[in-house]
Amino acid sequence: MRHEISILIIGLFVVLSTASVTAGILSMRAPKPLSATLINLTQRINAWWVMVALMTVAFFFGRYGMTILFALISFAALREFVTLTHSRRSDHWVLLGMFGIVIPFQYWLVWTAWYGLFVIFIPVYCFLLMPAITALHGDTERFLERVSAQQWAIMISVYCVSHVPALLTLNVPGFEDRNLLLIAFLIIVVQGSDVLQYIFGKLFGKHRFSPNVSPSKTWEGLIGGLVASSLLGALLAFITPFSPLQASAVAFVACTMGFLGGLVASAIKRDQGVKDWGHLIEGHGGMLDRTDSLVFAAPIFFHIVRYFWTV
Amino acid sequence: MSKLSLRTYTLLQTVTSVGLSAMAWAVTGVRPIWSGTEPSDRQRIYFANHTSHGDFILLSACLSETERAKTHAIAAAEYWGKSRLRRFIAQDMLSSVLISRTWTSEAEHPISIMLSVLDQGHSLIIFPEGTRNTSDELLPFRSGLYNLSMARPDVELIPCWIENMSRVLPKGQFLPVPLLCRVVFGAPVVVGPGEERRAFLQRARAELLALNPRPDRDD
Repeated sequence: MRHEISILIIGLFVVLSTASVTAGILSMRAPKPLSATLINLTQRINAWWVMVALMTVAFFFGRYGMTILFALISFAALREFVTLTHSRRSDHWVLLGMFGIVIPFQYWLVWTAWYGLFVIFIPVYCFLLMPAITALHGDTERFLERVSAQQWAIMISVYCVSHVPALLTLNVPGFEDRNLLLIAFLIIVVQGSDVLQYIFGKLFGKHRFSPNVSPSKTWEGLIGGLVASSLLGALLAFITPFSPLQASAVAFVACTMGFLGGLVASAIKRDQGVKDWGHLIEGHGGMLDRTDSLVFAAPIFFHIVRYFWTV
Repeated sequence: MSKLSLRTYTLLQTVTSVGLSAMAWAVTGVRPIWSGTEPSDRQRIYFANHTSHGDFILLSACLSETERAKTHAIAAAEYWGKSRLRRFIAQDMLSSVLISRTWTSEAEHPISIMLSVLDQGHSLIIFPEGTRNTSDELLPFRSGLYNLSMARPDVELIPCWIENMSRVLPKGQFLPVPLLCRVVFGAPVVVGPGEERRAFLQRARAELLALNPRPDRDD
C-alpha cells in the first residue's frame, strides 16, 4: 500500500503545484485590481493545500485518523445545517442530542464495524424517537418543518458522511488492509469531479443546467467534468480492487451522485436565502459547501462496493 | 478579589478569558463582522441585544486580547451576587462589574459604578434591555445608555448585534448547542444636539435592530 500512497501524494502535490503556479501567472498578468474570480481561485487553491495536508495527516493515522476526522467533519456540517434551518426553544434537548449522542454513537458504530445497527440507527431509531421527543415537549408550532429539518440534518451531516470511514469495515477479498485506498479513491474522484466541473464550466460553460437552483452549474461543466472524472477513475484503478473499466463506471456513478448532492444543497441554500453554508473554508464557503457532493456519493459508493466486491 | 493575591488574580482572569474565547470559538465558530466600525483601542461602550449568559463571552471573544483585558461586562447583582460562587465567577473570573437594579445609596447607583469604571480608562459591555430577553422582539432600552453618553460624551457607543445566541444557550439551559454565531459591530451612535432621552433610546434601539443580518428569521 505504501507504493500507492506515495504515488497519490506525489500526484496531488504536482496537481496542486501546477494549480498554484497557473493561478500565480494568471494573477501576475491580469489587470489590477484582480477580479473577484481570480482572488477566489487563489483562495480556493490555498484551501486545497490545507485540506490535502489535513487528509494526508489523518491518512497516516489510519482507522483512528479517518474516524476522528470524519466525526469532526460531521460536527462542522451538522452545525452549519442546524444553524441555517428553523428551530425553537423547545428543541434544545433534541438539538443537543444530535451533537452529543447521535454523532458519537454513529461513529462508534463505524469504529466497531457493527454494520446492522450502523445502517439503521439514524434512519430508523432517530427517525422515530426524535419527533417523539419533540412531541413530548408539547410545542406543535411548525412541527413538521422542525422535525424534517432535524432528520435532514443528521441524515446529511452524520449518516451520509459516516459512510466514508465505514469503507474501512468492508471485507474485500484480495484487498485486505488496503481499504484506506477506497477512501482515497472516492474522495479524489468526487472532489476532483467538483474541480473539473468548475474548470470546464469556467472555460466552456454556456448553457445553464438549472438556472432556478444553481446559476453556476452548466451542461458543459457537467459533461466535461463527468467524462474527465470517469477517466480519472480509470487512471486510479491501480489503487482499487476494480478493473479500469469498472473503476471508471464506479467513478461515473459516484460523481453523478456528487453532482446531484451539489444541486440539492443549492436548493436548500436558495430556499433558506443564503449563498454559502458557512465560512469555515476560505474561498469555498462552509464545510457543507465542500462536502455536499461527497455526502451524496459516499453511501452509494459504499453499497456498490459492498454489494459487488465483498463476500 | 480580597483573598487572592494580585498575581493569582490576574493569572486566573487571563486563563479564564483565553479559555472562554477559545471555547466560544469551538462551539459557535464566532466571527466578528465589523460593518460600521473597525477594531480600535478607543474607549468604548459596546451595547448589545441580550438573550443568553453567553452573550458577553461571545462579544468579548471578538475583541483583541488587550481590548478584552480592559473591557468589562455589566451584570445584575441580583443574579450574579446571589451566592459566593456566582460572585466569584462573575467578578473574579470574568472581571464583570455588578450593579444592582434596586440600589439604596448613591454610591451603589448603577451609573456611578459604571462611570467609575469608565474613569479608569476601561470599556464596558452593556445590555440596555436590562434583562435576558425571551420574547421575539427587542425590548425597549433602559436609560443607562443615554445617561452614560451624556456624562462621558467622548466614549464611543457601539451597537453590537449578537446572532443566534438565544438558540445556543437559551435562558434556563446550561448546556450550549453548537451553532454558528456572528457578532455585527455597527457604526457608533451619538446623542444628537438637544436630542431628548426617549428619542435617543428609540434611535439606538433601531440602529441595533438594523444590524441583524437575518431579520426575516423568526426563531
